[in-house]
Amino acid sequence: MATVIDTHDDHHDHGPASGLMRWVTTTNHKDIGTLYLLFSLIMFMVGGAMAMVIRLELFQPGLQFVDPSFFNQMTTVHALVMIFGAVMPAFVGLANWMLPIMVGGPDMALPRMNNWSFWILPFAFAMLLGTFFMDGGAPAGGWTIYPPLVLQGGDGFPFMIFAIHMMGISSVMGAINVIVTILNMRAPGMTLMKMPLFVWTWFITAYLLIAVMPVLAGAVTMLLTDKFFATTFFNAAGGGDPVLFQHIFWFFGHPEVYILILPAFGIVSQIIPTFARKPLFGYSSMVYATSSIAFLSFIVWAHHMFTVGMPLQGELFFMYATMLIAVPTGVKVFNWISTMWKGSMTFETPMLFAIGFVIMFTIGGFSGLMLAIAPADFQYHDTYFVVAHFHYVLVTGAIYAIMASVYYWIPKWTGHMYSEKMGQWHFWISTVSVNVLFFPQHFLGLAGMPRRIPDYSVQFAEFNMWSSIGGFVFGLSQVFFCYIVYKTIKGGEKATDQVWEGAEGLEWTLSSPPPYHSFTEAPEVK
Amino acid sequence: MKKLKQLLASGALLTFVSGLTHADYGLNMPVGVTETSRQVYDLHMLILWVCVAIGVVVFGAMVYSMIYHRKSQGAVASQFHESMTAELVWTVIPFIILIVMAIPATKVLIDMHDSSEADMTVKVTGYQWKWRYEYIDEGVDFFSSLDAASNEARQLGSDIDPATVENYLLDVDHPLVIPVGKKVRILLTAADVIHAWWVPDFGWKKDAVPGFINEAWVIVDEPGIYRGQCAELCGRDHGFMPIVVEVKSEEDYAVWLTAQKDTAAAAKLAAIEDLDPRELKMKGKKVYRSTCVACHQKKGEGVPGVFPAIKGSVVATGNIDKHINLVMNGKAGTTMAAYKDQLSDVELAAVITYQRNSLGNKVGDVVQPKEIAALR
Amino acid sequence: MSLEHAYYIPHDAKWPIVGSIGLTLLLGGFAAQLNGSSAAGMAMLVGFLVLVYMMFGWFGEVIDESEAGTYTKLEDVSFRMGMAWFIFSEVMFFAVFFGALYYIRIFSLPWLSGEGAGVATQEFLWKGFENVWPSNGPASVGGEYEKMGPWGLPAINTLILLTSGVTVTWAHWGLVANKRKQLIMGLAATVLLGFIFVGLQALEYSHGYNELNLTLGSGVYGSTFYMLTGFHGFHVTVGAIMLTVMLYRSMKGHFTPENHFAFEAAAWYWHFVDVVWLGLFIFVYWL
Repeated sequence: MATVIDTHDDHHDHGPASGLMRWVTTTNHKDIGTLYLLFSLIMFMVGGAMAMVIRLELFQPGLQFVDPSFFNQMTTVHALVMIFGAVMPAFVGLANWMLPIMVGGPDMALPRMNNWSFWILPFAFAMLLGTFFMDGGAPAGGWTIYPPLVLQGGDGFPFMIFAIHMMGISSVMGAINVIVTILNMRAPGMTLMKMPLFVWTWFITAYLLIAVMPVLAGAVTMLLTDKFFATTFFNAAGGGDPVLFQHIFWFFGHPEVYILILPAFGIVSQIIPTFARKPLFGYSSMVYATSSIAFLSFIVWAHHMFTVGMPLQGELFFMYATMLIAVPTGVKVFNWISTMWKGSMTFETPMLFAIGFVIMFTIGGFSGLMLAIAPADFQYHDTYFVVAHFHYVLVTGAIYAIMASVYYWIPKWTGHMYSEKMGQWHFWISTVSVNVLFFPQHFLGLAGMPRRIPDYSVQFAEFNMWSSIGGFVFGLSQVFFCYIVYKTIKGGEKATDQVWEGAEGLEWTLSSPPPYHSFTEAPEVK
Repeated sequence: MKKLKQLLASGALLTFVSGLTHADYGLNMPVGVTETSRQVYDLHMLILWVCVAIGVVVFGAMVYSMIYHRKSQGAVASQFHESMTAELVWTVIPFIILIVMAIPATKVLIDMHDSSEADMTVKVTGYQWKWRYEYIDEGVDFFSSLDAASNEARQLGSDIDPATVENYLLDVDHPLVIPVGKKVRILLTAADVIHAWWVPDFGWKKDAVPGFINEAWVIVDEPGIYRGQCAELCGRDHGFMPIVVEVKSEEDYAVWLTAQKDTAAAAKLAAIEDLDPRELKMKGKKVYRSTCVACHQKKGEGVPGVFPAIKGSVVATGNIDKHINLVMNGKAGTTMAAYKDQLSDVELAAVITYQRNSLGNKVGDVVQPKEIAALR
Repeated sequence: MSLEHAYYIPHDAKWPIVGSIGLTLLLGGFAAQLNGSSAAGMAMLVGFLVLVYMMFGWFGEVIDESEAGTYTKLEDVSFRMGMAWFIFSEVMFFAVFFGALYYIRIFSLPWLSGEGAGVATQEFLWKGFENVWPSNGPASVGGEYEKMGPWGLPAINTLILLTSGVTVTWAHWGLVANKRKQLIMGLAATVLLGFIFVGLQALEYSHGYNELNLTLGSGVYGSTFYMLTGFHGFHVTVGAIMLTVMLYRSMKGHFTPENHFAFEAAAWYWHFVDVVWLGLFIFVYWL
């Protein structure tokens, strides 16, 4: 199975069209991957700017800069933008760029729909961010949009609901495309158990996406009708329950968490073997572990809501199931370390980010295990301990993996080597600052600081200040990252096809950058 | 810009000084003052140390590998990539560790769920943004909101240094008072949106969900004052509805309870008397500053698009019955709550009179407490 | 082997961006409408028309390609998988509303009426509330109403949908056996039954609103009843439109016994709404 193209259209150019319309009408997986990645970078900066406002207000006790309701808008939209606008599109962009190449196929299976998956996103986010300029401002009820609070929103409320619907449509179409590409576009000889782990993890992620994005769509639809059409799903007076929303939301939300991390597992499983010059340890156990995590993700949702007052049996079940996740996650970490063991390692920027990922994601995993223990969670819940936990798994987890993948594959994408020196600086500044930013938040939470507050009592002042300083430095170092990317696109040392000495896989058999249509002959799979 | 510089400078100074002087800031979960909180603390420390131990092994292996298995050290890569034994080992051992952790966790959880045989019951209701405490069968019922000093200092641009306010954001006007050593059953619910009631020293938090009641309980071992905060995002002033619990000896509690009942009776009497407009306005200003100001702002200007102005508004300058109705019953689908349960007859009369004759309004009419009482 | 001819990659897709614009106008207009804006209806209408235009254009292009023999087995498999996974996502969408119904009946109503963990909830907040299904909650939201029984229209509708499942299969047999007439008659019957179903459903709604005082606002019973049957009815309408297109294409001589993915996709979709209806009949009308 493999390539391309215009069978009946002889005069058709095999290269890209020129001008803006190339990007609007493209069906090429690499073009669309690029669009996704650039969009994600822009959203990363937008969401980051909101984080800066949050950290600025929290720099000192007392309110200095923003009104509490604007602060709540910042925390809410920061999360929505980072999750749906930065991390998810980044992964979809990577999938678009790499999956067809990694399985030796000609393109994504459904190229026109692929275009639409992307081009819904700018409209959806224009709608979401547009709410800032409406009466009542942007949504301010937290990204978890719990009723009844979220129903108090102003004019922005229905726009947010529909923006979420649009993001859902985009994600489901993107995920269908990924699954079909993996199942139907593999080169001869590329059996499922030969696929690179990035392909595997995305395969499972796509399944999760299709399963849970419609759940979110249903949940927000009920919010909409509760507000505008007199339904009472989440209102006790009519026989409903506000907690019902939380159950539905987290039935989406917990798999969503894995949607944000499984592709990162895949990326790290590509990078560590390359720079250890040693094959991935326990390939098949990695596949099974990822599948187990995906399965478990459907039966642990209520650990996000231990404090809502569930019956004892419920709390016990969700506690045990959640603790179980530690097992397959542990297997993955042990396999990565075994891959490094007795390798011949070098530490270029992608490897640094991958190792940073393993260490700091594991720290986030530890706090996750602590949060799983229901009685202890009664203390941790909704404090900065939780904030620290999910930023360790999302920033130093998901985003570090994305950074690693950018450094790893950007020579392939652009044909230029990035500046190794700058990359190393970026890594070290980010890693020091991100720990200054998030590590003290563990202490803040344990000492009793609730999350989502714009002001705090003076005993929390010191750690908040450190956290803010870390935040500002981390924010600036990502501006530096943008510059590195820009510079690499513009020029730089010519990259070889192989790029990395220890790299294996089909993507390294193509030229850097690859031709517009990747494989004109089905590649041979070893 | 100047403000920012000032902030940075004072911030840096604060760090160095506080490192020396404030030795009491917490790094860890408080041990607390209840059996539950101690159990939770022990559980927390157990998992923490288990995690640390695993972390030492895992990160130790990683660091060792990174030092000795690097190309620049001349390491040559082995090609092993599979071991069923290893996979089994690191599946089974973590599983056993998990079981060891699950046993005490289950025990604690079961204990926490048992709110039977309580000595007394307090119903706690979350409002935007205050708490209401009802002592079941005692007829004592009051609201508890952020104290005036914190409230003044926390306003945007107040220029009051929070460090000069005692217990900044952790103090209230009327704390919850309970006796020491008694099992107090706490019934949690909310009037508008979801809140969560949390005092770290008691070892748990629980959500207050509108339309439902969650049960919890506490036996406090030592008299004292314990502070906490709302822990579920509940709107604009989520950060400003603290919880203060005063735990008294049994005798002191009895004295306090009697005093509360007397005050309640006196308030009832007061509601029958007419007050002169000036007194109403003065009382009204106090109520306004504690209850209305969060949304409608200090000068009644509101926040455009979010919270309507009172200054010059149709409601506050128009038909007085409509005004009373709005304040007492609220407006569905908005943040405007029904205040008839939250405020007394005197307070309602006072604040409505104040709104109509102050904040730039000059209607000139007056509402008396008994008119409010008649509407209940 | 040269793979130049192996997989068809279209170029210059202009329909997606049209779709995005249409979707944004439709949903943005709807949101503005809900906020009480007067011009919003116009935006919705334009958005809807743009979406319809996009679908005609997009599907038209694919149909032309298909009829020109552009697609081979490989593309066909992609389409099939795509449709199957799309239907799976729809299943999950309905699962949410069934799940909500389940939660309300198994947890929230019993708790509100003082069962299990709800003792204090009933004692202090909803004294005297008893859990009898159907319920509009302890505050009797929406006032007195009557239940929509299963054995009138809904039973007839069940029969109609089940029959339509048979007719569409019969049409498929006709297509495979190259009996064009059987195909067209089967499809026509299915489409007819589909629209009769929608019409009867509309009749039932008007009965509910006008005579039973059963509305969307009749507490959780009204909410779950209308949301579940409403989304189902919408899906039946979509399915019937899809089948109408298939009917039109059949009459124009499209499809061959070997190659008729579009027909099968529409038929799968139809069976899917059929199965959902059985769930509705049992859990919404009957139990």
